[in-house]
Amino acid sequence: MSALLRMEGVTKRFGGLAAVSGLDLHIDSGELAGLIGPNGAGKTTVFNLLTGVYVPTEGAITFDGRLINGLKPCRIAARGIARTFQNIRLFRELTALDNVKVAAHLRSRAGLAAAIFRTPGLLANDRALDQAARALLARLNLEHAAASRAGDLPYGLQRRLEIARALATEPRLLLLDEPAAGMNPQEKAELMHLIRAIRQDFHLTVLLIEHDMRVVMGICERIYVLDYGEIIAEGTPEQIRRDPRVIAAYLGDEAVHC
Amino acid sequence: MRWWLVRIATVAGVLAALVMVSQFAERGIRAYELQVILLCGVYVTLAVSLNLINGITGQFSIGHAGFYGIGAYVGAAWTVLWQPRLVQSVPALKLGTLTGDVLTLAVALVLGALAAALAGVVVGLPSLRLRGDYLAIVTLGFGEVIRVVLLNMEAVGGARGLSGIPTLVSDHELAVFWVGLLAVLVIAVSRNLMQSVRGLTWLAVREDEVAADAMGVNTTQVKVTAFVIGAAFAGAAGVAFAHYNTGISPDLFGMETSIIITTMVVLGGTGSVTGSAIAGVLLTALPEYLRFLADYRMVIFSTLLVVMMLTRPQGIFGHREVGWGTFGQIAGLLRRLLRRRGEASA
Repeated sequence: MSALLRMEGVTKRFGGLAAVSGLDLHIDSGELAGLIGPNGAGKTTVFNLLTGVYVPTEGAITFDGRLINGLKPCRIAARGIARTFQNIRLFRELTALDNVKVAAHLRSRAGLAAAIFRTPGLLANDRALDQAARALLARLNLEHAAASRAGDLPYGLQRRLEIARALATEPRLLLLDEPAAGMNPQEKAELMHLIRAIRQDFHLTVLLIEHDMRVVMGICERIYVLDYGEIIAEGTPEQIRRDPRVIAAYLGDEAVHC
Repeated sequence: MRWWLVRIATVAGVLAALVMVSQFAERGIRAYELQVILLCGVYVTLAVSLNLINGITGQFSIGHAGFYGIGAYVGAAWTVLWQPRLVQSVPALKLGTLTGDVLTLAVALVLGALAAALAGVVVGLPSLRLRGDYLAIVTLGFGEVIRVVLLNMEAVGGARGLSGIPTLVSDHELAVFWVGLLAVLVIAVSRNLMQSVRGLTWLAVREDEVAADAMGVNTTQVKVTAFVIGAAFAGAAGVAFAHYNTGISPDLFGMETSIIITTMVVLGGTGSVTGSAIAGVLLTALPEYLRFLADYRMVIFSTLLVVMMLTRPQGIFGHREVGWGTFGQIAGLLRRLLRRRGEASA
């Protein structure tokens, strides 16, 4: 049993409201898992807990055998968890290439003094980052967009650039927050292909939040269903599709009894 | 090896150029013009150092005169109050000799910069929790606190200010040298930073703090560092100002000065190092030559800010830098224009 990520009894309360409560979840190394649930079920809260934006009120989050709750987001990124955002959060004024370089900088050792004095070590370091970033853009078919301002890119490319940026931090676990949102069927098919391919190439474990059932059922090997901040079901796409609790959560109780 | 040679040659070249300029300035320029040039240098340093905080890291700070004032007062206090006591045991500091003057001023610069940097940490800390308008209010308050404290501190002259600061530098034709050195240094630091990937992480904090943090950028460290470096340069600028002006008073470091510096950064283009420097020169020199409008200065500055925000929020230069390439572009434009005229006449 090689769980890369484990959440045990994780609860997050905002005032009196429990956005997620008593969450138990584990993702195995190399797995491609999905997290689904109706709007407001607490899916993005789970991502924010995993990446350190929120600190859990109760419970433990362990990544690679080490406790990570309470760590700052940048430390968690250094441990190897990267994410994309539901409402794209690129560095809009920077070029696509620079967006990726910022993330790639996490794995470089150049200090502030080296940057100010432009030491030979820094120049070599920056060249290496530049090449790595270009290679990554090429891998995601974004090389033609390298010099464009990120905010000027078409929507689909922005989504892909966010994935490229997350990959530049060299993560072991990639969290994708609604990667297919706003895409047309063709783009969705490409996205599914891309997610499978990068998982293979970068030896990733992937957890994704998605509303589009065709995407979720199409690529996820295991799915967690969240409703009102609690896990109501867990299983393969086939099991989830038939689970009466899931159908009730999505379609209302009456649907089950009909 | 080659790297060291290039670096040493660059530094030596810059120092030689500064010495030459300061020699020329002292002899070939009238005292009034010299004052304006020195003030330009001081404000370029202030604007470019504020640009590190405001423009590049995106932490809207409007209390920069506070750091400027701390530096000026600490530097002047050293030269006027502490140095005379120390000079009895350290003869090398004796004023009137070149080494004594240079050493005294160098210590003043270091002390002023350190004191301001320390204040930078204190002001930087709220920036970890506050954003936008709220941070602006805190920094504005900080600037006023500094002014009021200085106003009531009898040890440094209270409202009368601190006068009789020895003219260490101008006696030895060094005022332009020190002020120029500061301006060159702050521009070089900003430029080098912006050309490195580490500098990009500072811009990332400005663009989207949450995303920057998630991509492994230590936003806390970036913001506090920006405040510390920016404040240190403002402090050093204060020391240089105090030592060529020979007198300082609290009202020189009030809100008006902060707003002028902020205007320079906004006007030049938030994030543009060269833009801030050029705006620093323009907004210092123009009011000097438009003295008849002096009464309306604050009105004009405020109007300018509002108009800029409405029509060109990214500033004159936006995020661009003015470099050698810019001259090339201008030359190319002229060539094309000339050719077209040539074709028209033929």
